[in-house]
Amino acid sequence: MSVRKTKHEMPEQTPQERIKNFKEVPYGYSKEIAIKEAKRCLQCKNKPCMNGCPVDIDIPGFINCIAQGDFEKASEVIKAKNNLPAISGRVCPYEEQCERECTLKKIGEPVGIGRLERFIADYEREKGKKPPKKARPTGKKVAVVGSGPAGLTCAGDLAKLGHAVTLFEALHDPGGVLMYGIPEFRLPKAIVKSEVEYIKELGVDIHYDVVVGKTITVDELRDDYDAVFIGTGAGLPNWLNIPGENLDGVYSANEFLTRVNMMKAYKFPEYNTPVKIGKIVATFGAGNVAMDCARTALRLGAEQSYILYRRTEAEMPARAEEIEHAKQEGVIFKLLTSPIRFTGDEKGILKEVEFIKMQLGESDDSGRRRPVPIPGSEETMKIDTALVAIGQSPNPLIPQTMKELNIGKHGNIIADEDGQTSVPGIFAGGDIATGAATVILAMGAGKRAARSIDAYLKNT
Amino acid sequence: MYPIVEKKVLSENVKLLKIKAPLVAKKAQAGQFIILRIDEKGERIPLTVADADPKKGTVTIIFLEVGKTTRQLGTLDVGDSLENFVGPLGVPSEVKKYGTVVCVGGGVGIACLYPLVKALKKAGNHVISILGAKTKDLLILEKEIQACSDEFYISTDDGSKGQKGFVSDVLQQIIDKKIKVDMVMAIGPIIMMKVVSNLTKKYNIKTLVSLNPIMVDGTGMCGGCRVSVDGKTKFACVDGPEFDGHKVDYDNLMLRNRRFIHEEENACRLADVK
Repeated sequence: MSVRKTKHEMPEQTPQERIKNFKEVPYGYSKEIAIKEAKRCLQCKNKPCMNGCPVDIDIPGFINCIAQGDFEKASEVIKAKNNLPAISGRVCPYEEQCERECTLKKIGEPVGIGRLERFIADYEREKGKKPPKKARPTGKKVAVVGSGPAGLTCAGDLAKLGHAVTLFEALHDPGGVLMYGIPEFRLPKAIVKSEVEYIKELGVDIHYDVVVGKTITVDELRDDYDAVFIGTGAGLPNWLNIPGENLDGVYSANEFLTRVNMMKAYKFPEYNTPVKIGKIVATFGAGNVAMDCARTALRLGAEQSYILYRRTEAEMPARAEEIEHAKQEGVIFKLLTSPIRFTGDEKGILKEVEFIKMQLGESDDSGRRRPVPIPGSEETMKIDTALVAIGQSPNPLIPQTMKELNIGKHGNIIADEDGQTSVPGIFAGGDIATGAATVILAMGAGKRAARSIDAYLKNT
Repeated sequence: MYPIVEKKVLSENVKLLKIKAPLVAKKAQAGQFIILRIDEKGERIPLTVADADPKKGTVTIIFLEVGKTTRQLGTLDVGDSLENFVGPLGVPSEVKKYGTVVCVGGGVGIACLYPLVKALKKAGNHVISILGAKTKDLLILEKEIQACSDEFYISTDDGSKGQKGFVSDVLQQIIDKKIKVDMVMAIGPIIMMKVVSNLTKKYNIKTLVSLNPIMVDGTGMCGGCRVSVDGKTKFACVDGPEFDGHKVDYDNLMLRNRRFIHEEENACRLADVK
């Protein structure tokens, strides 16, 4: 029997329709399509796909369950390793991980592993999740700081091992970047909340409105808990550092996305947090966050939404799928373009961006060809809003307030592969340790830290 | 949920609420602020801590009803609760013995000044307080601040109480009397802090101001509260809210605080709040 060479398509909203709403773009697989897609899997004995998975899911195992129509078993296989499959099934860069290793790539497209993971997570949620089994209490207490992907994963895994976990969140909602950063149309907030419910059912106690470093210090947590995990993420926005960046109309991607996603400014004035964008929006940067900004701007009614990026499409850090979605929706890419200054009117309101065209020169440290300005190629463009999406740095609040922690030169907490910091009993993982990366890498770090915290607790 | 345990109307549009928030009360120091959200659909707004009682676990906030959220906050009463109340945020004021300190407060900024006046007095300073408002009915915390000041002055724009004119006029008179002023602390409307800073700059008197830009998270994440200080971008939420008054770009701050003025007016109209 010959194997179908391409993945089964996942039905999605048309671009014309979806730029008018904030609903999720793809609808997900039906049961029938999921089974068909699962049957494409060759069930390789050496399981190469698993080498690409940061959280060690038994990928052929759960796909085999789907092929046999046993979706509940498939869910159990995934949940043995991954507490948050509805999230990773949506935002994981599978093409660079599990799917890159898939044997089917030799003859065509890999198995749609991400789509199948998402299908199972959604199936389980819609059907009603089985409450997880509670582990026997160990009597040990762990504080987890930050409820983003690293913290949620670490907390869930520790609870499964029987430790009493308290999760501290600075904001009023759980999820960190999953809630404030990633837009509704890519990761519905109801799904994040439902995944967090599962973590709570495992026995994790979540405290909101606690800014560790301010409301409570890490030192105080050490007195009350047997171990502490810090997963406070990369929340500090980077700036272009060009003139006019403080004009009215220039937002960091973080501010713009937080207003729209977490504070629901797209429903203003029903919700009280405003956002304004005008007609022409320019996003600076070309990562996933930049794509999120440019696509969100369209949904808020922007007539033109541009991405300005100083290199070419080949160097864009965003996932191919995100770039493709942005293009379909009408985002205009101005490549090899670097901003020089923003100018405003007498009231300080942004009116224009001046930029210079670039060309690619020699390769830099990252292996990418360095963009070099073309002299005399300056131009200006009228814009109403500028969204600066050129990356984030680790949040400085805890590093500032805890002198004993070794801090790297980018403000990151130095931790080893297993999350151990320079202070015994204090662990860290995710973006606070690595600098801005992906959701799944943070989940992987949370998972490894949970294992090493468990080992640490057994020896104390 | 954070229950309201006491409410006072200080002037027509200025109200005081005491909120039960034990963790915040335990840590709050002069110069710090909190962020609150009234309900699930609310926005997050920063307000300075006017007082805190660690034993009772309460935090006092005083606010001027200017927009939809502060007006809604003003309608709440004892027994109501706030959805979120987080803090204390920002860097606490550096309270030490400077010598003679002039504390200048304008409008609702007087509420933010109060804990500082108390703390500076306790630290052994000679405290001269100057409070200003448009008219006498808008003056708040007169007695409280007078009680912990060595010298006390009032100015009102219309002359209904104290000296007619601005707080900066009173400050000028103090400087003219050749009193050696070691530090000036000014909290109030941006224009007041700008005028006071311009005045003290001429005489090279160290001046601190407490800024009140628009914020969302209050933890250094969004950068909405960025201000230009000495030509560098600072975040009021984590680097401030206090800054060297001589180095702040007040004009930019005024512009940035008007970012959502139309949306705000719109929201007030739609909510049909007076």
